[in-house]
Amino acid sequence: MPQNEHIELHRKRHGQRLDHQERKRKKESREAHERSHKARKMIGLKAKLYHKQRHSEKIQMKKTLKMHEQRKTKQKNDDKTPEGAVPAYLLDREGQSRAKILSNMIKQKRKEKAGKWEVPLPKVRAQGETEVLKVIRTGKRQKKAWKRMVTKVCFVGDNFTRKPPKYERFIRPMGLRFKKAHVTHPELKATFCLPILGVKKNPSSPLYTTLGVITKGTVVEVNVSELGLVTQGGKVIWGEISPILSNVY
Amino acid sequence: RLKHFFVVVAYYMIPYVDVERLLIQFQDEAGEPLGSPFDVPLDITPDKLQLVCNALLQKEEPVPLAFFVRGEAEVVESLRVCVKALGVETEAVLPVVYQPQAVFRVRAVARCTSSLQGHTEAVISAAFSPTGKYLASGSGDTTVRFWDLTTETPQHTSRGHSHWVLTISWSPDGRKLASGCKNSQICIWDPVTGQQMGKTLTGHTKWITWISWEPLHLNPECRYLASSSKDGAVRVWDVVLGRCERILTGHTQSVTCVKWGGDGLLYTSSQDRTIKVWRAKDGVQCRTLQGHAHWVNTLALSTDYVLRTGAFEPADATINPQDQTGTFEELKEKALQRYNKVRGEAPERLVSGSDDFTLFLWNPAEDKKPLARLTGHSALINEVLFSPDTRLLASASFDKSIKIWDGRTGKYLQSLRGHVAAVYQVAWSADSRLMVSGSSDSTLKVWDIKTGKLHTDLPGHADEVFAVDWSPDGQRVVSGGKDKCLRM
Repeated sequence: MPQNEHIELHRKRHGQRLDHQERKRKKESREAHERSHKARKMIGLKAKLYHKQRHSEKIQMKKTLKMHEQRKTKQKNDDKTPEGAVPAYLLDREGQSRAKILSNMIKQKRKEKAGKWEVPLPKVRAQGETEVLKVIRTGKRQKKAWKRMVTKVCFVGDNFTRKPPKYERFIRPMGLRFKKAHVTHPELKATFCLPILGVKKNPSSPLYTTLGVITKGTVVEVNVSELGLVTQGGKVIWGEISPILSNVY
Repeated sequence: RLKHFFVVVAYYMIPYVDVERLLIQFQDEAGEPLGSPFDVPLDITPDKLQLVCNALLQKEEPVPLAFFVRGEAEVVESLRVCVKALGVETEAVLPVVYQPQAVFRVRAVARCTSSLQGHTEAVISAAFSPTGKYLASGSGDTTVRFWDLTTETPQHTSRGHSHWVLTISWSPDGRKLASGCKNSQICIWDPVTGQQMGKTLTGHTKWITWISWEPLHLNPECRYLASSSKDGAVRVWDVVLGRCERILTGHTQSVTCVKWGGDGLLYTSSQDRTIKVWRAKDGVQCRTLQGHAHWVNTLALSTDYVLRTGAFEPADATINPQDQTGTFEELKEKALQRYNKVRGEAPERLVSGSDDFTLFLWNPAEDKKPLARLTGHSALINEVLFSPDTRLLASASFDKSIKIWDGRTGKYLQSLRGHVAAVYQVAWSADSRLMVSGSSDSTLKVWDIKTGKLHTDLPGHADEVFAVDWSPDGQRVVSGGKDKCLRM
């Protein structure tokens, strides 16, 4: 590795050997032979590494050569007809709507019929009572502690009426009552905001299920009638179950 | 003859003490009065009106009739209801328009008799031959398949296209089938052998959107057909010689539909928002009809059904459909008779449906201005179709509804709701009493037009239904869709 440019300086001052070009040409043409000699004679770990590298090099070379050849010859258009045949009136229009894709996936699922009510429930940490219910003190001296207030989001339903406040043991504040849920299709990444029909199961406790408390891992039923999905039997699908995937605040 | 007349009328002249009476004058659709006005009780029902009217018409066999008070409200239960609804004064003579209905009655299809599999890709077009004897379907797997209707099994598979078969059309004599593909080729097939007849017709540069044959009463040999394509040109082909007779250029964008009218005029609709009227003989453009605000998707002629069936009369259909027999002259005569009967005095009417959510009713042979603009849909209109008796018009739209309009004036009649996704195609039964619609939600629905209600729901397809057809002899409905099978 030359430090400074004395080699170049020499070349500039004195020129090159008279047979420099000739020698260069011949050396380059010998390179192929030398390479093959080395490849044959090499042994051991060094050989293994060299052969591996050379193999990948050769593959690349073959690919580029093939590409060049294809460019030169005029290829006939691909014979296979593309998928997704549509009638003439749909040709100039955009592809399927989201709901259509959804319905395809749902039909697939129905066909499999595997675990109709099963839903991928992540392993959730059971939420303790102190976390979900807050103690409300009542009475003249604020000593009685039989009332509880739910601190998590809950769903109550359309025809919900509170019990008389004197006898209410569980308070579900209005601010924490939700009617709609954002439902995402995991594969298509399409999200819809759909009304909730009911809480099917809360993994922490059956008490929470009856109260309608929604925490991470709760399985909830939503109303999908606005997506216009139809079963093969011709019935319109109007309810779907899905789990809550993240903590709801 | 007079005696018979009096006997019938006398029955109603028996005086009831407290029944109100009304003077009515029967009129036909054109407004010509029939007989003289006479007195009927207000409670008279349509059957009794029918008896009276038939007696007046003095036909050999009684014809089923429908009655409309003043041409607007139909008499369904009794005259009293109509009069009350319209608020007509009972002193003056009330005009009652009578309309002969089809003598035969098509029964609604109720169940799926078979699922015809065989196509390896989505079925995108399906059509019965004019007599109902053959069934052909075109699909995305580039084949046209012929199906045997008596056993409901595949008969022939016709290969010849190199891309999706987008549109198929039967010649009016039922002996040839023309199919157009996405590679802009047209092939003619023989339904009996399944072989291609003649050469492949090439010439268009982009895919074929519609094929329309010359009507039988203009040329009984069924020699010429017109094809429209995305490249904006319409070509008239001679199938015997296998070459293009004429090229009609003028549209600046894709031509979505071409119809060969019974008067020797060609009507074309295009994505450039215009409809052009051409003379078929020399290819001269007669008129341009403008008015739409977006692509014109579909056209329908009032005489469509009779041009499609040619010399075949659905009333003469038998259980086993037969081929048309007879010399060219006989067929031409019959076809001409049928055509004149359906057309009546007025020239053909044309309806166009567009992406701008409206339809226009035109009188293209005479006028550049539309007769009526039919609004009401909330999404683009995919197909319009006149009923076989030309009195009604159905429009299928992506807003999940089908609307029925009056075929003569364009007045809105009713909306048929029931589908949960875009309605793609509709088909009328031969007696104009029933209609079937296929939709993107994979169901077909049969509607009873008289009541405006759903008659039968036909689920069963696994995916969108792309093509629907009702056979002209009324026996079967075929539907094909994305799930690659045809259902009968």
